Amino acid sequence: MPSIKLLKGNHAAAYACKSARVGMVAAYPITPQSPVVEKISEFVEAGELPGTEFVKVESEQSAIAAVIAASATGSRVFTASSANGLAYMHELLPWAAGTRLPVVLCIASRALAAPWSVWTDHADVFATRDCGWITMFAENNQEIYDTVLTAYRVAEDPNVYLPAFCAYDGYILSHTLMPVQVEDIEKVDQFLPPLKHHINLTDFEHVKGVGPVTLPDPPDRGEYGYAPGYFEFRFSMQRSLEHSLSVIKQAHKEFSEIFGRSYGNGVYKTYKMEDAEVAIFAVMSVAAESRLAVDFLREKGIKVGLVSLKVFRPFPSEDLREIFKDISNVVVFDREIGYGWEGVLSYELKAALYKSSTQPDIKGYIVGLGGRDITYQQIAKGVQTALTMESVNENPIQTDFIGLQLDKLQFLKREGGY
Amino acid sequence: MIKKESNSMILDAEAHPLDSYLRPGRIPHIWCSGCSLGSITTVVIEAIIESEIDPKNIAIVSGIGCTGRAAGYLNFDSFHTTHGRALPFAIGLGITDPNRKVIVISGDGDIASIGGNHLIHAARRNADITVFCVNNFQYGMTGGQVGPTSYIGQYQTTSPYGNIEEPFNLPALAASCGATYVSRWTALDVRRMKESFVEALLHKGFSFVEILGACPTTYGRRNQLRDGLTILENFKNRTILQHGIDPMKAQIQKDGPIIVGKFVEIQKPTLTDNLLRLHKMAKNVKPEL
Repeated sequence: MPSIKLLKGNHAAAYACKSARVGMVAAYPITPQSPVVEKISEFVEAGELPGTEFVKVESEQSAIAAVIAASATGSRVFTASSANGLAYMHELLPWAAGTRLPVVLCIASRALAAPWSVWTDHADVFATRDCGWITMFAENNQEIYDTVLTAYRVAEDPNVYLPAFCAYDGYILSHTLMPVQVEDIEKVDQFLPPLKHHINLTDFEHVKGVGPVTLPDPPDRGEYGYAPGYFEFRFSMQRSLEHSLSVIKQAHKEFSEIFGRSYGNGVYKTYKMEDAEVAIFAVMSVAAESRLAVDFLREKGIKVGLVSLKVFRPFPSEDLREIFKDISNVVVFDREIGYGWEGVLSYELKAALYKSSTQPDIKGYIVGLGGRDITYQQIAKGVQTALTMESVNENPIQTDFIGLQLDKLQFLKREGGY
Repeated sequence: MIKKESNSMILDAEAHPLDSYLRPGRIPHIWCSGCSLGSITTVVIEAIIESEIDPKNIAIVSGIGCTGRAAGYLNFDSFHTTHGRALPFAIGLGITDPNRKVIVISGDGDIASIGGNHLIHAARRNADITVFCVNNFQYGMTGGQVGPTSYIGQYQTTSPYGNIEEPFNLPALAASCGATYVSRWTALDVRRMKESFVEALLHKGFSFVEILGACPTTYGRRNQLRDGLTILENFKNRTILQHGIDPMKAQIQKDGPIIVGKFVEIQKPTLTDNLLRLHKMAKNVKPEL
């Protein structure tokens, strides 16, 4: 029987690893991620995960290196981190993708230093954007459990073979208790078959070289023919990432059939979008709060809906063109900044809708950096303000912020900027 | 502030004599009740005063962790750097400004784990840095995970059935990598610690002092040492003072003796000396015309 447990977000991720029969875990402590691996080490040492090795490493960089290597021996692997810990893994993130190893990594999102902040902020997640990983988000603890399982299913698909992130808000989810249905392991096995690896370093009959040096042009290897150049490897990565969108949708469909829970179409979730004229576009904690803002604005007679993005890479541009085709205004709330430009979700959406047959006005706001609370009233006010603007695209580089408290800091006000 | 009134000194309750060394607005600190970091920080300040180094020339660099917070509380130029990276920041500071006294105050989780690589190379180069490394046997700030100084059999959140890995012997590590001043004290040895801190501060080259700290919250509670005082009493019962001993013989084991003392004090050219020598050599080379 599936059991309903009261779990913190971090522990929901740990239980998902248990359900997925993860073979190897390596991680390094960082707030707010640490309880994920504490729980896993507890499972391992209590004998509840007999087939799992837990390695205590000396840094995040060692953690990701260790799980990449373990993945190459055909083991299902897991690690987790936050903020600067994730940034410290960065050297090896493209390595995991380039070797096409299905590593799953949970991000308990946290602001990047300096200055230091341990609170939620999505900058660490979006900084990994171009590493070739699949990026998924969760809005609640059940979704964390479900997304980790889905991440393994998609990452290990032979037509994908790419690593995947499951990101959720530090503290807001990582340390908050919610009821989570932990599924029977047999049922999970049905959804998530054992890993069929493409690199198996424990196959001693065949010698393999992982991470070879490639050349600008395909080199002629004589009787073996041409070997791919770097360009071909990266082309294949991009095509697989594009293709993974349909794999994600299919996996999600099967997930909902087996477990009876679904998250939109597996790529984005909607709330009251059926008759909406205006839409909010957000992810994770901001999307969760926006649901309240939708109800609040609908009471005031504004037909608002929410599109909460679930998969950021691959970016589902066709889905977004479809869902926003009859929408007049999209208001985007980013809990991070693509510094020097605007919120990442905002500009990604603009790019996705470029030359779409009908184009909504897109207005972006920056909210809640470094854990500052963002309320549904603030989100609602942002939507209302955006609707009164004549043309929101007039000055695109001017980012607008909600929730700044500059008035408390008189000394900051200088001529010529901050 | 100390006021003089009719031949007797009265301590003004409004202020502490060392208040001017603490950054205004940063107190109260985050350290738990029973933690030894407060007394260690006091000893650091007293040692700085006794060393007579101009406070303006001092820079405090720390990494991440409970000990790393010291840089934020002390009223000197300071860098609160990323996890493990205190020593490379310190090297950058010291090289571009050789007149500065660069002090690294950080924990074992920072210096010996994620920053271990930097420790061995800073020691190898004999960089002009004083390191005060507070060893609380685990990662305290993140909730008590097992670390590279956790001894075999130690209970932590990631070793609920007892640690199985051999710990680092930090004085031996620093000495074998080339540190020219190495000592170890427990948090109880405040007087010896202060003398040693002054020596380390005035030492030319890489000086490394390990201080065994008392962390009741995430270490003590899990290891039958429930409060700060119990940990200090435990230190007292186990401490053996042995100056000049080969630090390889000072490994810490569960319930074993804790050997403290000054293990190494030698003179060698420092990184700054060597760089200045290189500059001189470069200046003496006459360009060919």
